[in-house]
Amino acid sequence: MLPRDLQPEHFRAYPSEARKLATESIPALRRLPLSFLPNLLREIIEYDFKFPAERAALIKELTSLGALSDAQVADLFGGFSRITLSTQLENVDWVNSPAQFVEQLSGHLWTTHQLDAFRIAATKYADRMNAAVAAEPPPIPRLGISIIGQGAGSFDGPLFRKLRPYGTYFSRVKPDNGLSLLLDAVTARAKGHPVPYGHWYIDGGEPAVNDSTLTCISYGALKPTRAALLARIRSEIERPGMGPEALRSTMAQLRPADLGVHSTGNDVLERFQLKLLTEGSGTQLFSTSFAQWAAREVLRRAQPFTLLVRFAPRQRQKPMNELLAAMENQPETDSAGSLVDEDMGAYYNWLNQQRLPGAEKSCFLVWFEDHNSALAIGPSMPRGTKSDSEADLGRLFTWLL
Amino acid sequence: MSWRLSSNRREFLRSAAGLTLGSALLRSSFARAANVPRKKKVVVVTFGGGARDQETFSPEGQENIPNMMRDLLPRATFFTQVVNRGILGHYVATASLATGVYETINNFAALPPANPTVFEYYRKDLRRPSSDAWVVAPSNGFNRIGESNHRSYGEGTGARVILPKFLLKAAMSDRGADYEHLLRDNYENPYYTPELGNREFELQQLEMILKLSAADFKAHAKTLSSPDELSLYIVRQLIRQVAPSILWITMHDIDVAHAGAYSLYIEGIQRTDRLCAELWKLLENEPEYSGKTTLLVLPDFGRDADDDAGGNGFQHHRTGDLAARTTWLMAIGPGIREGIVYDRAVESIDLVPTLGAMLRFSPSFAQGKPISELV
Repeated sequence: MLPRDLQPEHFRAYPSEARKLATESIPALRRLPLSFLPNLLREIIEYDFKFPAERAALIKELTSLGALSDAQVADLFGGFSRITLSTQLENVDWVNSPAQFVEQLSGHLWTTHQLDAFRIAATKYADRMNAAVAAEPPPIPRLGISIIGQGAGSFDGPLFRKLRPYGTYFSRVKPDNGLSLLLDAVTARAKGHPVPYGHWYIDGGEPAVNDSTLTCISYGALKPTRAALLARIRSEIERPGMGPEALRSTMAQLRPADLGVHSTGNDVLERFQLKLLTEGSGTQLFSTSFAQWAAREVLRRAQPFTLLVRFAPRQRQKPMNELLAAMENQPETDSAGSLVDEDMGAYYNWLNQQRLPGAEKSCFLVWFEDHNSALAIGPSMPRGTKSDSEADLGRLFTWLL
Repeated sequence: MSWRLSSNRREFLRSAAGLTLGSALLRSSFARAANVPRKKKVVVVTFGGGARDQETFSPEGQENIPNMMRDLLPRATFFTQVVNRGILGHYVATASLATGVYETINNFAALPPANPTVFEYYRKDLRRPSSDAWVVAPSNGFNRIGESNHRSYGEGTGARVILPKFLLKAAMSDRGADYEHLLRDNYENPYYTPELGNREFELQQLEMILKLSAADFKAHAKTLSSPDELSLYIVRQLIRQVAPSILWITMHDIDVAHAGAYSLYIEGIQRTDRLCAELWKLLENEPEYSGKTTLLVLPDFGRDADDDAGGNGFQHHRTGDLAARTTWLMAIGPGIREGIVYDRAVESIDLVPTLGAMLRFSPSFAQGKPISELV
């Protein structure tokens, strides 16, 4: 079947809101090339489980596609139309399994040396669409906070090396009540600008007490889910014929209930957390990888006004079969290695934040927990400078925002 | 993007003292040829598992490779732009390096390359025995890297492949916890473990070829800290006992980056740096290799750029962006100019034609070109 043959009944198996959206968009969808369309259907089929910012962006994108003339469609999708597909790909049930199609398409693009052509087409599409349906900047400057080095002793090496050119390094931060001060600050923002999924707190360990206005996820709270997932992986890889691609597909199809997650009524958040574990790499095993990937996905998908990420030390590296085996209650941690991971993770958190609208007004703070070092980035902070001013984190905040 | 990368490349190695820009020199292949010994040997090391410039030879990365910077680079010819236009999976990319053709085989299946390998060309054209071409590789699928299924070459015409982790498994009657750290495998798909080979055959390789008893091997392995260290230990035995003319070593520790832990990725680079320097020292001190061996070191490819929103930085090599496709090549040995940096682009598939020109065989199916500055 080709996109031009799409009919409303093809979307019968979609969740209710996704079905409605897809059906209403059929005239626009029919005009799209098959090398592109499943990428869009992969987003539509998940509509019921998307964050508000993602929903708004998807509706804008579909509306914009529907408004294009035939000539504009031909121009915008010319690169995709020139991608040649295999019969095998065309026979995939791309309406109901768009993610599997995209995964197979990726392999096809690599093996047929069409990946570069696809990248060019995709970049052109993304640039045009970003210009046409640009998201609104947030009503308050976006704020990112990364807390690194939990439990680490002194560190002689330079921290925040990649971030220093963009902000002011503070060497005499008073660490007392630092975490509380930061949580209070983000809570105040959440109360002042209450938006669903607008203010997040991610913890790489057990979360500190926090206000319900924050959306909180943590590596610690997901321990039962992680244990169930690892058990599932162990069971799957023992099955005859199980290879990496099949395992990845199996994991991608898991639902929270498959891992014994009791429903809290928040399907959106439950699905999101599950995807962090099933689609992220290393997130099941290393808390530092979990916190960084979770931050990336929160920023990309929920586009929050506020994001506080507190890293926690990861377990020491071990052979994969040991890491996959029964989860230890108190695994040995690698504090020194974790600090290096987290320093890089903070840099990635800032990079990902700066990809969102309003970047020129965004603010970012990274703090070495319980120590005197912090770095602040924002319009009010001189770049590439160092300050020896003594201040607690609350004071630093007032300078930053 | 290409301009920016190119611009950055001009900054490459700017802090390394004593290096000359290659384009400023006149070629004198006649003069170099006069210095090339007749019984030449070649050792290729893939600085493996995908390493980016910014953690290796770019100014900010040089702190991670002190041994290569100090001991190798001043004596080497260095290419700052080696572009891999093929599939960025480790097995298929290594197969492409070994055939001179961008292979399209399944990265996670134990399949032979479709095109003849450098080992097959070498052995057929120069009528060399199987003992003269060896591969030491990590175990995930690389057991088929030694020879293709090409109809003009194929079974029995390629390199012998030795998989140190398989050897270690074979040497152990049961898997002791003391060795688990040496058996890490396949970071890209960490849950997938390939089949174990024939234990008797592995033990035979250990005792007959490497002249190592299982007990001695196990005892020494216990002192090592990573799979690549185990590989170098096997290489040392291979060099001393067999002295092959073509030796191909695939390193893989760096690919731990897929787990998302930057510190482990950096540790992998630092370890590989040390092992490369140790290898060169070994080659210089072994009579069969000293003064007649060219060492070529290159990553199979890079990793995704920090600023590519489609990836997650160092963690993977999935976007196919320039940072993931562009790496470097270092060549050192007799007849190779010392302390020279070339900024022009070469391709991964140029390696086999270059080896062909060095060793005087004809890689007729390879699609790359000999790197003129090295031959």
